Amino acid sequence: MPEHSLKPLTPLGHESPETVTLGPVTIAEVVDIALASLAVRAGRGGDVATAARKAGIALPPPGHAAAGDPWSAFWMGPEMWMITAPCSTHEDIVAALKPIFGDAASLTEQTDAWARFRVTGRDLPRLFERLCGADLDRASGGQAIRTTIEHLGAFLLVREDGAIDVLSARSSAASLHHAIIAAAKSVF
Amino acid sequence: MSQSNRIPGGLIDRSGTLSFTFDGRSYQGHPGDTLASGLLANGVRLMGRSFKYHRPRGPISAGSDEPNALVELRTGARQEPNTRATVAELFDGLSAQSQNRWPSLAFDALAINDRLSPFFAAGFYYKTFMWPAAFWEKVYEPIIRRAAGLGSLSRLPDPDVYDKGFLHCDILVIGAGPSGLAAALTAGRSGARVILADEDFRMGGRLTAETQGVGGLSGADWTAQALAELSGLPNVRLMTRTTVVGAFDHGIYGAVERVSDHVPVPAEGKPRQILWRIYARRAILAAGATERMIAFEDNDRPGIMLAGAVRAYANRWGVAAGRRVAVFTNNDDGLRTAADLRAKGLEIAAVIDSRKGEEVTGSAGRLGLRSIKVRDGSGRTRTVECDALAVSGGWNPNLHLTSHHRGRPVWDEAIAAFVPGPGGPAGLLPAGAAAGHLTTHGALKTGAKAAAAALADLGHKAAAFDLPEAEDAPVSITPKWHVPGKGRAWVDPQNDVTVKDVKLAHQEGFRSVEHLKRYTTLGMATDQGKAGNVLGLAVMAEMTGQSIPETGTTIYRPPYTPVAMGALAGRSREKDFKPTRLTPSHKWAAEQGAVFVEVGMWLRAQWFPKPGETHWRQSVDREVLATRASAGICDVTTLGKIDIQGKDAGAFLNRVYANTFATLPVGKVRYGLMLREDGIVMDDGTTARLAEDEWVMTTTTANAVPVFRHLEFCRQCLWPDMDVQLISTTEAWAQFSVAGPNARRLLEKVVDQDISDAAFPYMACANITVCGGLRARLFRISFSGELAYEIAVPTRYGDAMIRALMKAGEEFDAVAYGTEALGVMRVEKGHVAGNELNGQSTALNMGLGKMVSKKKDAIGMVLSQREGMVAKDGLRLVGVKPVDPSQPLTAGSHFIAMGKPATAAHDDGWLTSVVYSPHLGHSIALGYLKDGSARMGERLRTVNLLKKTEVEVEIVSPHFIDPEGERLRA
Repeated sequence: MPEHSLKPLTPLGHESPETVTLGPVTIAEVVDIALASLAVRAGRGGDVATAARKAGIALPPPGHAAAGDPWSAFWMGPEMWMITAPCSTHEDIVAALKPIFGDAASLTEQTDAWARFRVTGRDLPRLFERLCGADLDRASGGQAIRTTIEHLGAFLLVREDGAIDVLSARSSAASLHHAIIAAAKSVF
Repeated sequence: MSQSNRIPGGLIDRSGTLSFTFDGRSYQGHPGDTLASGLLANGVRLMGRSFKYHRPRGPISAGSDEPNALVELRTGARQEPNTRATVAELFDGLSAQSQNRWPSLAFDALAINDRLSPFFAAGFYYKTFMWPAAFWEKVYEPIIRRAAGLGSLSRLPDPDVYDKGFLHCDILVIGAGPSGLAAALTAGRSGARVILADEDFRMGGRLTAETQGVGGLSGADWTAQALAELSGLPNVRLMTRTTVVGAFDHGIYGAVERVSDHVPVPAEGKPRQILWRIYARRAILAAGATERMIAFEDNDRPGIMLAGAVRAYANRWGVAAGRRVAVFTNNDDGLRTAADLRAKGLEIAAVIDSRKGEEVTGSAGRLGLRSIKVRDGSGRTRTVECDALAVSGGWNPNLHLTSHHRGRPVWDEAIAAFVPGPGGPAGLLPAGAAAGHLTTHGALKTGAKAAAAALADLGHKAAAFDLPEAEDAPVSITPKWHVPGKGRAWVDPQNDVTVKDVKLAHQEGFRSVEHLKRYTTLGMATDQGKAGNVLGLAVMAEMTGQSIPETGTTIYRPPYTPVAMGALAGRSREKDFKPTRLTPSHKWAAEQGAVFVEVGMWLRAQWFPKPGETHWRQSVDREVLATRASAGICDVTTLGKIDIQGKDAGAFLNRVYANTFATLPVGKVRYGLMLREDGIVMDDGTTARLAEDEWVMTTTTANAVPVFRHLEFCRQCLWPDMDVQLISTTEAWAQFSVAGPNARRLLEKVVDQDISDAAFPYMACANITVCGGLRARLFRISFSGELAYEIAVPTRYGDAMIRALMKAGEEFDAVAYGTEALGVMRVEKGHVAGNELNGQSTALNMGLGKMVSKKKDAIGMVLSQREGMVAKDGLRLVGVKPVDPSQPLTAGSHFIAMGKPATAAHDDGWLTSVVYSPHLGHSIALGYLKDGSARMGERLRTVNLLKKTEVEVEIVSPHFIDPEGERLRA
């Protein structure tokens, strides 16, 4: 991590991540994951796949996420993934990915474009059915679902432990958080 | 009052007592009662007044088809009009009021309308209130609305919350009567994902209301057994109090769940209702059937009810609709009512079976039924004393949802009713009474069969469903629609449509079903014709001498029953109407007391009031002057940022921008103008080249999304062979403008690199670090006309960055400025913004015609050269100042030549943006003026006919400040 004098804020505007527990559900801000988008340059799909394999980055099929150490990824669109890694070791994530993919992929820092809330607890499908059209009763670990919550575009990453990470635009994090809390109060 | 009409039996919980009031009087009922059953138990039959004639009315039904017993529930902000007492679940403390009466339900002054009924026949208002035309809106309509009406609104905000939700299933079963239960059991046992939804608070449908058993058990016990099994299946979801209100495209059904309507106040945080969107691979419509009335003179008195309802009140709720009951029927089902009531020890005054040539010809009793007139087969008339009349004119299948995709019902002679026809929503299978199978056996059998068919469709094997023994008596109906007579016989009780009205419609030529409906208002009440449509159609058929199917069919639209506006709105109301986007400096700005303004979904600081400033102009003038004098800082994060990469990125930009970009060196920024295909300007902004193959485009705040969408369209559809990748980075970077003569000195305190004019000239850009090593981006661009930069840091550091900039600026008396000061400075500099980029202006209009490069092709280039768009005397952007500096200008004013009238014929253009320039000390404006560039120095009038202002102005260059651009290159 570079040395500088500036202190970050979380998407909710706090100095440290906020965690709220409502009944059986806990909603926690997650801020220690760096993100970069990876888009395959024209005709370079093979090169990207090879480079990813060599670096131990699994590029999952549509609708899925792949967790790894340090690299994880989820599918965003045709020939496009979001690559993630711990902030503590990969704060400048594009600088870390560039040597792996060279000019075979376009890499763009996305860490601060997104807010991530980790929702844990039982009966999460009952919570999310008040928020979005995703069919979580039929979802399993490793799925990455593109959906809309209260007019906001969002990804739901279904984790192997059953928790769900909700990713949405950072600037509207407070609105998204409010929607999840309201739904949790409504359901539980 | 004691529950004088309560009789033994029923499915109510007599161990509990509920107190409630109706029109201020207190009554008692039991858990399991509806408001209607509770009132009937207390001997209250009069529950409302009719819409037009203010006739006394009581309930005719025991379900959601009720047209008469409409009441206001609750008080204060929770007051809810037009609630059907027959489905309002009784709770302790419930307060209900009758509606559409004055001063009281028993004595309603507007009942005079009933005496004046000859004047109020169908179409009366079309004929009566024709003259003078101006009176309709101001005089007639308000009076009619007051007189003819439903319930009243509290006019207070609804204090409850409403949720929306999404459900998925293999098979949605709509209705939990015998067919729905059989379907759910069959599907549930097979492992399919099932939702069983029923509008009632108690599942079972007619099984709760009939005495005939199923499989050796009572209907209620068999239902309980089925529900016990279903609730034990993890793949089955049981939803009571849930009405499926509509069938929409692609197997989507809308349903309203009344979560808290049966409690006085919803629990903290809990919704009053939920509007569900159900994604069902298949659906089974097991919605049952609705009984219909036979029209005869004065068939609308309280006490005259549908026979099935009278039976339901007795069997389910332990309530006698009357102590001496007569039955009027045209089918065997009506006879069951007589048998059941007799078994309960109630007196049956008469059974009038129209199949034997008997009929009821009239009734008496001012506020409730006292007697009926009966004519026997030989034509003799007698009076029968009774306090209730149970009428059965047959049953109409509840096929409404099958009509929602314009499926037209077909006539089934055997049951004298419409049944679902072809063309209904794909995947929706009607079963049971909804499909015209009116016996319990038929319901069970077709429910199970429909489930098996749906399962087979989905590739599931249906589990066994051993059909239990149940009644299977033939319907045995001989249609009897109305009893001829002189008086009024009601067809649609809720809208007060009578047989006479249908006859009048026929007589005046309104014979098609659609005309009949609109002329008489038949079926246009809140029950959507459940009570009267088929009857009205049958009467019209008699008039025309055609059969009912020849006369027409009637179809239905969503919603099946009325839906509260609150449920449709869900959480999207008031401050939660839409999400809010906050800028990275929002927290800091709020601490400074900033006044915020909505810009799309963003909240931006509009200005930052200082102590002592009492008017916004004081704050804005100070911010402008301080920025021009030294330095000002503004959060410009909201401008769209698009990361563009790929080896063809430069060529791509050449095609989407009117001006050339491919030649832009790395480390430089250029202003770009983007045209629509039709040559009109779409957006403007700067694009920076950060590396050989990486560019960052900025867009206006308003067009961030449209421009991104446009670029994706170009990339994916127009030029898929180009090597270009796009992603929005608007949210990823917090960006601040630092402007003013001291901008560089201020930034030098936070930027780690050399940013002298030599090292970092005008229109330079670079990846830099700030504050000892944080990654950042710096752009030397200016919107204000001053020496200015935009600096971007990862968004999480935006708050820290603005604080660091403000601290660094202290020695320069730097200010924060908001969108108002931003606007003033851009007008002073003559830069176009949203008011000028108005979707009808070209680059030429804006004085930027030279930016449209002819050396290359770009979107909009060709069409921007069309005749008319390149007229030499067309609109041009000009600056405007008042001749008398003390006079304010008004945006939207039009240019009119001196001495010419202010008419469209003399309109020379308009003022697009007006600000007060504190720098110049007077109002200034930008505007589009015909042949504007040739009219510098000319004097014109600016006239605003709406605001009634007129100011003499002088046309000047749009660059009020530093026209040579020396400041920004300093």
